[in-house]
Amino acid sequence: MAINYMNPLFEVVRNYDRCIKCRVCERQCANEVHHYDPDLDKMVADETNCVDCQRCVTLCPTRALKIKKNENEFRENGNWSQQVMDEVYKQAGSGGVLLSAMGNPREYPVYWDKILLNASQVTNPPIDPLREPMETKTFLGKKDQEIHYDENGKAEFKHNPYLELDVPVMFSAMSFGSISKNAHESLARAAQELGTYYNTGEGGLHKDFYKYGPNTICQVASGRFGVFKEYLDTGAAIEIKMGQGAKPGIGGHLPGMKINEEISRTRMIPKGTDAISPAPHHDIYSIEDLRQLVLSLKEATDWKKPVIVKIAAVHNVAAIASGIARSGADIIAIDGYRGGTGAAPTRIRDNVGIPIELALASVDQRLRDEGIRNNVSIVVGGSIRSSADVVKAVALGADAVYIATAALLSMGCHLCRSCNTGKCNWGIATQRADLVKRLNPDIAYKRLVNLVHAWDHEIKEMMGGMGINSLESLRGNRLMLRGIGLNQKELDILGIMHAGE
Amino acid sequence: MKKVYVNEDWCLGCHLCEFTCAAANSGAPDMIKAFAGGKKPVARIQIEEGDKINFAVQCRHCDAHPCVKGCIAGALSVQDGVIVCDEEKCVGCYTCVLSCPYGAIVIDEAGHKIRKCDLCTRNSHGEPACVKACPNNAIVFEER
Repeated sequence: MAINYMNPLFEVVRNYDRCIKCRVCERQCANEVHHYDPDLDKMVADETNCVDCQRCVTLCPTRALKIKKNENEFRENGNWSQQVMDEVYKQAGSGGVLLSAMGNPREYPVYWDKILLNASQVTNPPIDPLREPMETKTFLGKKDQEIHYDENGKAEFKHNPYLELDVPVMFSAMSFGSISKNAHESLARAAQELGTYYNTGEGGLHKDFYKYGPNTICQVASGRFGVFKEYLDTGAAIEIKMGQGAKPGIGGHLPGMKINEEISRTRMIPKGTDAISPAPHHDIYSIEDLRQLVLSLKEATDWKKPVIVKIAAVHNVAAIASGIARSGADIIAIDGYRGGTGAAPTRIRDNVGIPIELALASVDQRLRDEGIRNNVSIVVGGSIRSSADVVKAVALGADAVYIATAALLSMGCHLCRSCNTGKCNWGIATQRADLVKRLNPDIAYKRLVNLVHAWDHEIKEMMGGMGINSLESLRGNRLMLRGIGLNQKELDILGIMHAGE
Repeated sequence: MKKVYVNEDWCLGCHLCEFTCAAANSGAPDMIKAFAGGKKPVARIQIEEGDKINFAVQCRHCDAHPCVKGCIAGALSVQDGVIVCDEEKCVGCYTCVLSCPYGAIVIDEAGHKIRKCDLCTRNSHGEPACVKACPNNAIVFEER
């Protein structure tokens, strides 16, 4: 018998004084951790497969459960942490690439938390959002560079296609296949009610969701899954996915066993075949090729839909963005290294890419320096966690933000990071019918609406505090930001001063 | 009149409605005390489990009410549209248990009296406890 080097990561702590043996924990755990022992007449737990999804803890009617880190401790070592050692054991056992889900969890600096906001006092009075009109509406697309007048002196506006958002927050791309149909339905209904947009991701658009078309951004990724004329015509915009913050430079792989009937039909691939998204797009090998694709998509949709190009934040993101702004695209979406994913190689997720705060600041600055900032709108994602992050992002130059992890949290996700197993106990990152049932779109969509409404109120409060009454006045307004605990280089890249200056 | 309706699309078969119902009607102040010391109070809502479908069954407070018509002791009656059982009068003949087409009437812990859903009108909850306990909106309390 081979030695099992992998210790369970978690311990299930049950307060037996509170446990009433209702067996909800047993019934609701897809990893089969809990079971009722009739001989002992008590609930017992085998924590080998526990992923700390918190489903049992949340549903326990008497709050009898707690999940704790397994306190089995290796000898302390500042260089070889227990986690690093476990990863070596895992690879020595499997010989495979380590896979992980959701965003980079490592201890890198979070720049959002080192930026402070201004408030008005005395010289420039603040505005009370409950008493005075505040505008968080925004438009994404090419802005006209000049105004032309006709012979009667009336202004002529060229109508570039645009997206109209009631609140500067959109739901980022999560494919049908990585998340369930019920999760997509919740996102679609919430986007409709909020007057914003959700993104199909690279899995195509399910027929049942065509009715939410006006609130849908249809993604064209390197695998081109589900892409055909009707798909492009149904959405409000088309997004070309060049890269993703969680795994820049590589493609994606949805295993064949997850390709059931519905996913096969939506992605337009045979049942049971692996869905591989190559890197790169095999028809885009240069910036000119990207321009060709942008123009083909526009031609295919009669130039009526804005085209978004989504890139991952990497070292030369400013130069790439400059190329995209000149390629004919209307919107650039940048995904930072903290972005989430259904599954990605651990080493790529944790080590590749740069923070979105720095990428955003340098892209905005480069486009302004080249005089082409108005050619495109900028949307950022990759760990926008609160309304404060939204305000800081807009002040650094973004037109709007993409949220995905925050949206999943609203639907019940507890960031256990085991999406790649397909056994999501919250019904989000799974295709198993018994698990997908757990996500009721009637409940989930309301929670998404609540989240974005709450953020909208907070954004208005923060803007009011600064004495600003419209998002237009906040965009790129770096004077409203100050850094704290940042060195001069970081301040220069962000284009902000230090607190106290 | 508002009644409890079950939607089998969302029932997960978690049994939380059963345990909450049992605790709510047990007279104990909280769930832990209701089940302490090995007590097993009876729930007036039962989960039927199948391979891919689960749903909860409890009294529909139907207009036909064969239970009331068949009650030999006059314990079952209709009050404001809700069918309630006066436990003092119940003799445990089980006629209602047999006549209910939904199998919604259950036998109490001792086996001498019957228990049935009374929309939590006679306990401290006021509104049906099963509705609040369901984590997935499978049980609703509404007018139809």
